[in-house]
Amino acid sequence: MKELYTWCSVLAVVLASTSGDVLLSGAMKKVGDVGELRRRLGTRVLVGRLLRTRTFLVGLGCMAVAFYSLLFALSWNDVSLVGPAAASLTFVANVFAARIFLKERVDRRRWTSAVFVAAGVFLLAR
Amino acid sequence: MSLRKYLVLAGITVFSAMGDSLLSRGMKQVGNISLGNVPHVILAILNPSVALGILFLLTFFACYMTALSWADLTYVLPATSLGYVLLAFTAQYQLHEHIHTARWLGIVLITTGVGFVAGGPELTKHHRGHGSRPQMECEPETVSTGGQG
Repeated sequence: MKELYTWCSVLAVVLASTSGDVLLSGAMKKVGDVGELRRRLGTRVLVGRLLRTRTFLVGLGCMAVAFYSLLFALSWNDVSLVGPAAASLTFVANVFAARIFLKERVDRRRWTSAVFVAAGVFLLAR
Repeated sequence: MSLRKYLVLAGITVFSAMGDSLLSRGMKQVGNISLGNVPHVILAILNPSVALGILFLLTFFACYMTALSWADLTYVLPATSLGYVLLAFTAQYQLHEHIHTARWLGIVLITTGVGFVAGGPELTKHHRGHGSRPQMECEPETVSTGGQG
């Protein structure tokens, strides 16, 4: 039962974190280059524009769900299992999601990079 | 890519690693907290390390959002994963933790992965036409020669 709870919450972390990253990335592309906008319109207008972007707010909500799912997973199992599993699976899931939902062109270079980093994070966080 | 953009990516790496390690140090000083003891949870924020850690993580988030406004998610994530390496070195030299062989191998893999993605373009250029193939920003666009019906 402990294993089932652990892996269900790791899955929740991966799904919520990936959804958050994809939504935030989509929202920021819609808003435009933040540096340029801040120079042109000022910080207050920029923050107002961000807070009116629904995908940005939903993305933030997903990040909050990912954080609490991680806390839940950590209450069921060791950080040495939960940490690397969640981080490396999120990396790979992000590449798939960015390709499908954001229509990013993930070439061989980016796939190789994602696999190397995911494996590296897994080893490092063990 | 301009110097400003490299600085934003470096900001993500540094602020994330420093924020995490400051929070870790602060929470060790504060001790275990439970949701049943709300004042203790609020007082944890008053710990200087926790407060500074939160400030650094907010700066990390601002840099992360800035990078996502001009670069692909599949570029930003690997390019900023050197933060994990920075965190490992912080753990060894500041917290005096031992880094074993598997961790060194992890550091080598992450650095290689970052090297792969950093050499490529940061943004996929989307064409307005329906069903067109997304292209990288620096990839030469296919010139239409016309006369294809």
